[in-house]
Amino acid sequence: MKISLNQLTIAKARQGFLSGAFTARDLTEAYLKKIEEKNADINAYLEVFDDAESQAEEADKIIKKKGAESPQLCGIPLVIKDNILIKGRCVSAASKILEGYRATYDATAITKLKNHHPVFLGRANMDEFAMGASTENSAFGVTKNPHDETRVAGGSSGGSVAAVAADLALASLGSDTAGSVRQPSAFCGTVGLKPTYGSVSRYGLIAMGSSLDVIGPIGKTVEDCELLFSAMAGRDPLDSTSIEHSERVKKPMPPFTIGVPGNFVKEGVDADVVANFRETLARLERAGLAQVREINLPLLPYSLPAYYTIIPAEVSTNLARFDGVKYGAHVSGNNLLEDYLETRALFGHEAHRRILLGTYVLSAGHADAYYNKATAVRALVRKEVCAAFSGKDAVDVIMTPTTPTPAFPIGEKAQDPLSMYLADIFTVIANIAGIPALSVPSGVTVRDGKSLPLGVQLMGAHRREDMLFAVGSAIEQVRG
Amino acid sequence: MDQKELKHLAELARIRISDEKLEALRGDCDVILKYVSQIKGVEGGAQTMEDLGLVHNVMREDGEPHESGIYSEELLREAPEREGQFVKVKKIL
Repeated sequence: MKISLNQLTIAKARQGFLSGAFTARDLTEAYLKKIEEKNADINAYLEVFDDAESQAEEADKIIKKKGAESPQLCGIPLVIKDNILIKGRCVSAASKILEGYRATYDATAITKLKNHHPVFLGRANMDEFAMGASTENSAFGVTKNPHDETRVAGGSSGGSVAAVAADLALASLGSDTAGSVRQPSAFCGTVGLKPTYGSVSRYGLIAMGSSLDVIGPIGKTVEDCELLFSAMAGRDPLDSTSIEHSERVKKPMPPFTIGVPGNFVKEGVDADVVANFRETLARLERAGLAQVREINLPLLPYSLPAYYTIIPAEVSTNLARFDGVKYGAHVSGNNLLEDYLETRALFGHEAHRRILLGTYVLSAGHADAYYNKATAVRALVRKEVCAAFSGKDAVDVIMTPTTPTPAFPIGEKAQDPLSMYLADIFTVIANIAGIPALSVPSGVTVRDGKSLPLGVQLMGAHRREDMLFAVGSAIEQVRG
Repeated sequence: MDQKELKHLAELARIRISDEKLEALRGDCDVILKYVSQIKGVEGGAQTMEDLGLVHNVMREDGEPHESGIYSEELLREAPEREGQFVKVKKIL
């Protein structure tokens, strides 16, 4: 039977399974066929798992036996970013240094999903070790934007997002350290959630910036992201920074108070992006769903420079473990030191850049001026942002565009690291503050005759993903 | 950052980089450091990581977290070189 993949959501797929309109196996086969047709153009998948159909058959058995009592995500076809471990399967963080490595354990997020018996279709392309905003840093080629293949899909979770946008998977997992779930979501027209830091365990996520990394879901709707988030969230004894998850009983109701840091949204932002952002706010107000208030957060512009001081420091520390001894690739030299040097030459350019910068900002003579100062600035930004969500002038969410521009052409920023970093200017705030943020599609703009998606970002108080889902759904209602 | 300093950092970080690539990286690093230096203008610098409330000790019982040896084979299988129950490396001394 023919399943219209482009209309499908998790809830609709489940309805299809339960009504008997199609099976999980039918659905998986439909996606595999689409992958076969399209993936060579998009390069979203690094590997398609050869047991996807048998996973789907297992799910069908459970659906047949338990019906509506079967888990919410049973039989749902997902693609997983190549930095999240699934036991027994290859995982490489899109780096040559992990060539041949097979995961020896499941990430906690995967363990929790496995309880639902979804179908893991494969692993998704990304920037090497999640460093980048375009997937141009992948050792295995760039992922192209399904809306215009001359443009980037964004990054670092570009493969996870492009797969969902091109109907090569129903939903996916990415990871977000500065915007890696949200920025590609805005570029490709999907919904992407960066949860509160610690709300999804980092156990089994290949580390880039341990104080900032979080696993996040990508889907076509806010509801799909919410389902995946609820399935993964919660405290994990294997990640000491993880926190409890409690479902809120009372759903937040409109009108929502939306804070807009207007001064920050003006500078260096594409005119179409600003117009779309203002239009989205106006629609919410006209529909009586929101009250918009200008807020002044003078420290926001310091989030990105603080981030690009802290992140190389954490990268240089985290990537020290790749030595050609314990796992992954090994290049032999004349002695042990040369083994290290030869093996670590397998890292890509951006990894080398961040390792050197990180070693510099952490070194004895410079740590106070750079790393320690950045840590202090981070604390100040966090304090300022959190204050916006409390007190008598509290807002429910802070809204900005997700990105300062629509998807840029492949190659445009590849030689200019700083301009690539600036793609994260709005998204990085949530990672620096540890708060949750959601990117929701807000319309399109036309470039070179092609329609390119745009997105708006909602940031909420710690653990208030429920508020983001409520406002995100409101945006879905009013979107043209 | 001059080339000599960068070379030293590369040695410390155990990465070997050609002189030509090193020069390109030096240019990038200078631009990035100049950009991030704007944080020096932010007032109020006494805070440390503790102020974020993110860093605190998490203790566990000082016992065996699991039965000894149950993961050894799986982990050793991923080592590029092994000898019996050991990961093999080149002579250090």
